[in-house]
Amino acid sequence: MSARIDITLMVNGERVSRSVEARRHLIDFLRLDLGLTGSHAGCEHGVCGACTVRVDGEIVRGCLVLAASLDGAEVTTIEGLTDSAEVADLQDAFVACNAAQCGFCSPGMVMAAADILRHHPTATREEIREHLSGNYCRCTGYQAIVDAVEQTLATRREDRR
Amino acid sequence: MKWPAIGYARATSLDELWRLQAEHGAAAQLLAGGQTLLATLAFRLSDPKILLDITRIAALRGIAVQDGVLRIGALTRHAELGRDPLVAQHAPLLAEAAPLIAHPAIRNRGTIGGSLAYADPAAELPACVVALGATIVAVSPRGERRVPAEAFFTGLLQTALAPDEIIAAVEIPGTQPTTRSRIIEVARRSGDYAMAGLAARLSLNAEGRVTSPRLVFFGVGSGPVLAARAGAALDGWVLDSAAIAAAQAALAEDLDPPADMHGPPEMKRHLARVLTFRALSPLLRASEVAE
Amino acid sequence: MNEIRTADSLGLSREDLPNSYIGRSVPRPNLPKLVQGRATYTDDVVLPRMLHAAFYRSPHAHARILSIDSAAAMLVPGVVRVFTGADIAKVCDPWVAVLAHLKGMKSAPQYALPLDRATWQGEALVAVVADSRAAAEDGVAALEVTFDPLPAQTDMATALAPGAVVIHPELGDNLAFQRTAVQGDVEAAFASAHKVVEARFVSARHTGVTLEPRSIIADFSRADDTLTVHLATQAPHMIQSVLATQLHLEEGRVRVICKDVGGSFGIKVHVYPDEVAVAAISRILGRPVKFIADRFESFGSDIHARDHVITGRIGVDAQGKILAFDIDDLTGIGPYSVYPRTSAVEGNQVVNLCGGPYDFANYRCSTTVVLQNKVPTCQYRAVGHPIATAVTEGLVDMAAHAIGMDPIEMRRRNMLRDDAYPYTSPAGMRFEGLSHHASLAKLLELVPVDRIRADQTAKRHKGVYRGLGFAAFIELTNPSPFMYGIGGARISAQDGATVRMDPDGSVVVASGVTEQGQGTETILAQIVAHGVGVAVNKVRVVTGDTQNTPYGGGTWACRGAGIGGEAALQSAIALKDQILHVAGTMLQASPATLDIMLGEVVDKTTGTPRISLAEIGRVVYFRGDTLPKDLPREFVQTRHYITKEYPFAFTNGIQACWVEVDTATGMVKVLEHWCVEDCGRVINPMLVDEQVRGGIVQGLGGALYEHCVYDEQGNLLTTTMADYLVPMAAEMPEIHVGHVETPTKESLLGAKGAGEAGTAGAPGALMNAINDALRPLGAVVTEQPFTPARILRALDAI
Repeated sequence: MSARIDITLMVNGERVSRSVEARRHLIDFLRLDLGLTGSHAGCEHGVCGACTVRVDGEIVRGCLVLAASLDGAEVTTIEGLTDSAEVADLQDAFVACNAAQCGFCSPGMVMAAADILRHHPTATREEIREHLSGNYCRCTGYQAIVDAVEQTLATRREDRR
Repeated sequence: MKWPAIGYARATSLDELWRLQAEHGAAAQLLAGGQTLLATLAFRLSDPKILLDITRIAALRGIAVQDGVLRIGALTRHAELGRDPLVAQHAPLLAEAAPLIAHPAIRNRGTIGGSLAYADPAAELPACVVALGATIVAVSPRGERRVPAEAFFTGLLQTALAPDEIIAAVEIPGTQPTTRSRIIEVARRSGDYAMAGLAARLSLNAEGRVTSPRLVFFGVGSGPVLAARAGAALDGWVLDSAAIAAAQAALAEDLDPPADMHGPPEMKRHLARVLTFRALSPLLRASEVAE
Repeated sequence: MNEIRTADSLGLSREDLPNSYIGRSVPRPNLPKLVQGRATYTDDVVLPRMLHAAFYRSPHAHARILSIDSAAAMLVPGVVRVFTGADIAKVCDPWVAVLAHLKGMKSAPQYALPLDRATWQGEALVAVVADSRAAAEDGVAALEVTFDPLPAQTDMATALAPGAVVIHPELGDNLAFQRTAVQGDVEAAFASAHKVVEARFVSARHTGVTLEPRSIIADFSRADDTLTVHLATQAPHMIQSVLATQLHLEEGRVRVICKDVGGSFGIKVHVYPDEVAVAAISRILGRPVKFIADRFESFGSDIHARDHVITGRIGVDAQGKILAFDIDDLTGIGPYSVYPRTSAVEGNQVVNLCGGPYDFANYRCSTTVVLQNKVPTCQYRAVGHPIATAVTEGLVDMAAHAIGMDPIEMRRRNMLRDDAYPYTSPAGMRFEGLSHHASLAKLLELVPVDRIRADQTAKRHKGVYRGLGFAAFIELTNPSPFMYGIGGARISAQDGATVRMDPDGSVVVASGVTEQGQGTETILAQIVAHGVGVAVNKVRVVTGDTQNTPYGGGTWACRGAGIGGEAALQSAIALKDQILHVAGTMLQASPATLDIMLGEVVDKTTGTPRISLAEIGRVVYFRGDTLPKDLPREFVQTRHYITKEYPFAFTNGIQACWVEVDTATGMVKVLEHWCVEDCGRVINPMLVDEQVRGGIVQGLGGALYEHCVYDEQGNLLTTTMADYLVPMAAEMPEIHVGHVETPTKESLLGAKGAGEAGTAGAPGALMNAINDALRPLGAVVTEQPFTPARILRALDAI
């Protein structure tokens, strides 16, 4: 049985209606059905974090979410996060700190790092490392990524004063 | 690694679920957080014909305290366990366990019901509920049934759930001021399944005497392992180095761990002894620690 | 030669020489697209009528294929066609991966899909193409393949023993390659030694786990008889040549396009049978076919590496002077040598590199390379270096301990002097100029050794075991044709760059080296901006397209900066000369009195702006009639570069690692790590630093976690990322990087490679640190990865 399910959901603030194969995971839905190729399939079994996106405001592994289950949900991908400028400072810090090399992990890494900015504004370097420990990067030594997140946190704290 | 062709249906109430289950029978597989199920589907290790999504069944949600008992709905996500004030107050062991489970994105989806029903021997939550003396509330078209956590885990990836039953909630008896609990584990990397872990709960009275100790190991057997002899070695004794050593020694009979990728059974036994010491030694009196 | 005008070299500030970009931490212009999700990896490319391939892979390590029944698969919705080895062989020739200069090397013909026998678990046997990857996988699941399982030869130790399963009977035995290097009188040296220390080291089978899996779209058009291949690769021109040869196409009719690549590390520089099969399928169907390896098949089909067992001896005199090394290396490479670089190179590198940093007279080192029924191994980041470094530095530490000498002093006494060059090592490697002592001195500025040793002592009293370990290394970079070309492989050691100025005064550089994320395009932009005299944001870079870049070797063996960078610099200088020539004519000034500064032609002595490049561009491109008829005006310049004096440009460096070992659990925590390396001229310190850190993390990962585990039957047990453990952020340390710069005199740029230094030294430094921590307890570990089980065993705890 390869059933199709009709879903309507908000993706990056735009309403989207599609009939999806029941077996399609969120990342294939985003990439193949919506052309949102910023989210990457790195392992497709929930370990590498390259597919990190937001569902209903919280980060998830896109490869471990059934698109069919998302009727009525709100999904934010790296494209939407970029367009909203919510983490423009973080993305600038990634560039300034050279916190990406091949970039395949970067969208997922930015999504996970954005979660730190929202939920853990006072995170230490160790806590940043811990929070990002579900996102695999083969190229950097992680240090530049931690630098970028740490600097963004510090700047935001400074701005709030 | 695309999932095999499969159907999908969503239940928004238990009645709807019972109807779908009746319709699809053994070909159906429940989908809660999906963090284990969907990974195994990617490897085509299981072949359900249809997934029944239960995540919108309100009756399976919510965290509440009634008559001193903490009731945690099956759909409670790991992240919620980690931040819920009632859990922190009444079952701090679960709040302490949550950050040990995988990574933030997984904790935002994975549910306590799913973890208990899957019964991975290396998972934290099955061990925690056994250590806490919790009750698993199972529900089916035939009504509710309460299973002590100890009796719930029946073997490798096996539980006492009947084919038509699902977990509705977990009920955890209240804690006393004398209750102490602790979860520790040895994992290769942060968020990995543990090579060995220990969820412990006991009471310590004013004179330092241990009552109702429950040492539950994970990652060392076919499910959570309640170390009865180690517990007996502590029960009624003043917690001191000798008592801890006796508990460690008793583990030899409590545990019969399998080998896995990380090492031989001897390593797991050894780690269990180390964990026993590390879990209990912070509870030693100052005079003991100084020794 | 070798003098580039940089702000630093002239004693000027950046403000004085604003387009001096060599040595400057310029942020990468292509990063914003990466962090915004706007990159174009191969899987992001969608072509009309594109099909998707999936492979049925061997469940057996060794088996005869009895039958393949595709009837059920053909009924699966979406499935278009099924291809067996015989189908592919009609349009695609097999290959044999040997190099003529690796004497005696042998391997068997390998087909894109085997005709009748599977020789490793995970080998692609049958291809299914369908209208989606999911449908193709459904088709694979519906295939009925029957086998006659054969005994598998998995243990390299028995591969040459009587009774071994000879994997390719026509080869006679399982010996792929053997080499011994001898210098001096080793036995006499050991006989006269004050101490001789011997140990056995194991380096585990790893794989690269590039986050972007291997990815290819092959698109054969019958309309123009052209094969266009979108491929995540390090070597577009090499693949062009190979596909043309195997598929009987003219080389010029094969185009390889490589846009963004999600990590390579050597994994993506090889010819993979399944990828060649995809090209063959497209050739047959005349349609684009995409294959993106999933993670499961990556573990069983990406090349593995570093499956070595080494016994080593070191002899020293009473003063700690190293007298001799004697090393035996054994490595298993799978059932075939990998095309076209061959799988003998890793073992060969061990022979070339052991003892590398040291001044000693007597050397014997052999490598024995055998076939086995496991995933083929081949070149992976820092090929052979981590093995040679761990063995050498492990032995040096053990010898130091045996004579009661501090490991730093031991190294200081034995490292090649900084004024000893040129120098030829006992292994026959020629060093142009290295800086071991300067690097050690720099390292000791960074590492607070006294504080660490005091902390170590204090902690031991509390039962906390910490250790500090060092590893010096040499690294082979900027390879000449001596690496592959002389062996007969069509792998270019030369690279080219074309630099052009457009009417608006902006500059485009097209280069044969490729971007894998290490920052190649950034340094090319820096070099060209520096060479021409424009702001770096006025330079755009084209790489990864055989039709639009000069012919070159691509990115491997740390050649991007040293070879590709020099070609870019030379062509930039040529373009600048041409611009100044035109400008001189327009301004009626001698070109020698002019310079280009941030896109303006200026008076060289006063810096006064005379004319902008945009104005020159306007005149040349649109009002050429106003210029003298015979004025040359080629604002496109191409230069090629190849190293000629030395077969390789060696680099060097030294690392230090500070760890804590939990002796109760066997867990190792890396507290801090340091690396000083000398890659010659540093073009962009920020890029080099994080690349070195990434390399160190890759080395630490291999030494702590990564292991392709097999059972005795040749079943690969680590086929998920939950089983094959890679290093993650939480466990990795803060890493400090320092530099010493000894530019190569072969080029104006003076750059050598930097990408593999981190990986080369990290495992050895970590091993020595762990053993330093465990020394009071009498435990030693030499078998990677250093798992809790191995450490607990060494401690007799289990």
